[in-house]
Amino acid sequence: MSALHDGSTVGSALVKRGLADMLRGGVIMDVVNPEQAKIAEDAGAVAVMALERVPSDIRRDGGVARMSDPQMIKDIQAAVTIPVMAKARIGHFAEAQILQALDVDYIDESEVLTPADEENHIDKWGFTVPFVCGATNLGEALRRIGEGACLIRSKGEAGTGNVVEAVRHLRTINAQMRRLASADASEVFSLAKDLQAPLALVQEVAETGHLPVPLFCAGGISTPADASLVLQLGAEAVFVGSGIFKSEDPERMAHAIVEATTHYTEAAVVAKVSTGLGSAMRGAETATLETRLAERGW
Amino acid sequence: MRVGVLALQGDVREHVSMLESLGVAAPQVQHPGQLDDLDGLIMPGGESTAIAHLLGTSGLTDPLAQRLAQGLAVLGTCAGLILLSTTVIDGRPDQWSYAALDVAVRRNGYGRQRASFETELDVAGVGRVAGVFIRAPRVESIGEDVEVLAQHDHGDGPYPVLVRQGVVWGASFHPELTGDSRIHRLFLDSI
Repeated sequence: MSALHDGSTVGSALVKRGLADMLRGGVIMDVVNPEQAKIAEDAGAVAVMALERVPSDIRRDGGVARMSDPQMIKDIQAAVTIPVMAKARIGHFAEAQILQALDVDYIDESEVLTPADEENHIDKWGFTVPFVCGATNLGEALRRIGEGACLIRSKGEAGTGNVVEAVRHLRTINAQMRRLASADASEVFSLAKDLQAPLALVQEVAETGHLPVPLFCAGGISTPADASLVLQLGAEAVFVGSGIFKSEDPERMAHAIVEATTHYTEAAVVAKVSTGLGSAMRGAETATLETRLAERGW
Repeated sequence: MRVGVLALQGDVREHVSMLESLGVAAPQVQHPGQLDDLDGLIMPGGESTAIAHLLGTSGLTDPLAQRLAQGLAVLGTCAGLILLSTTVIDGRPDQWSYAALDVAVRRNGYGRQRASFETELDVAGVGRVAGVFIRAPRVESIGEDVEVLAQHDHGDGPYPVLVRQGVVWGASFHPELTGDSRIHRLFLDSI
């Protein structure tokens, strides 16, 4: 956070979390070029995630996955009016510095890329641009918030088209928050130890019953019904990676997931937009995966 | 009194709790029939392109235009202000708006997220209020029937940040994010 000449401040927790609040009820779509970014914006996406390869291609190609080429991020920024996010490797604060210099609107410190540090995540408090981080459980979510993340997304298992891990992570986070909300004040200390999370944040969740930042869902969402499912499980918005541009008709799929996200409690609307969509991305059984991206980050 | 909150996308919950704290019923509006018995409407912050798209897919575009033409009281914050304005600068080529509030706004007129800021505003009839500007639209010009209730100089001259034209109100910032209900109270008092 820093002060400007006119007495105003940039980079405060309120303006960083505030942008996440503005994205609630929306769909953030992975795009690899300006054409896809335009399709996403036309379909009503609230933001795009600019990256060189969608997770399913990263999985297929193997090798080290890094931050995208700045030129590609700039081209996407020029193509759309909605916020543009980009990914940095876990712990790679130099990539994050570059993304901030490029004026991206949110940085995703992402397990989809190959981690750069196997012990430490980025100290996110030092940045003006806000960060989103993945989590598989409440302790992980609160550790990321302790490091300065302003938005948490359940990790799921990116690039699989299989929603099972996203459901597992959301249900775990919610169950752990319910457990905390019903704990008495002296139990909270021991629960903080079990969660391996900062005590002050654990106490805050025990008091309010929810995370101090918005909770979105990512990893494996590939149909309108998947979006409806995770929103009914408590996610406040969805990230869709490979699920749109690896489907048979990306434009229609993008429109359909956006509509299903707004009207997620109305089965008739979700049924209508799911009709005749063509095939979703092929998908993979998570039990057969060689690399589990969700296990990256700690 | 019933003041709806357009609930297609964005920070709907904050507006609902603000209205309820002031003793007003705040139904969420997602379908045309829900516009009928409202005394007022809030159009929340969010992404204006996404909300405009969802107004279309939800069949709300024209019914809301009719209610605005009939004089429905409305407060638009950030994206809501963009949707109410007469002219949108730096929008998508096909960006449309309701032209219910005679102002020209520039989308992201204060910059991208890195430039988002908090400041103190002096609001006519209210006093000092915290102003939270997030990828905020900047009001570049106003028609003669538009009243300026607050302005802010961000280093390049003063620009209006809270305006009203009769019962149509627009804010560049987010009064719903700070837990201070005085701007909402001011709007409700005008209905």
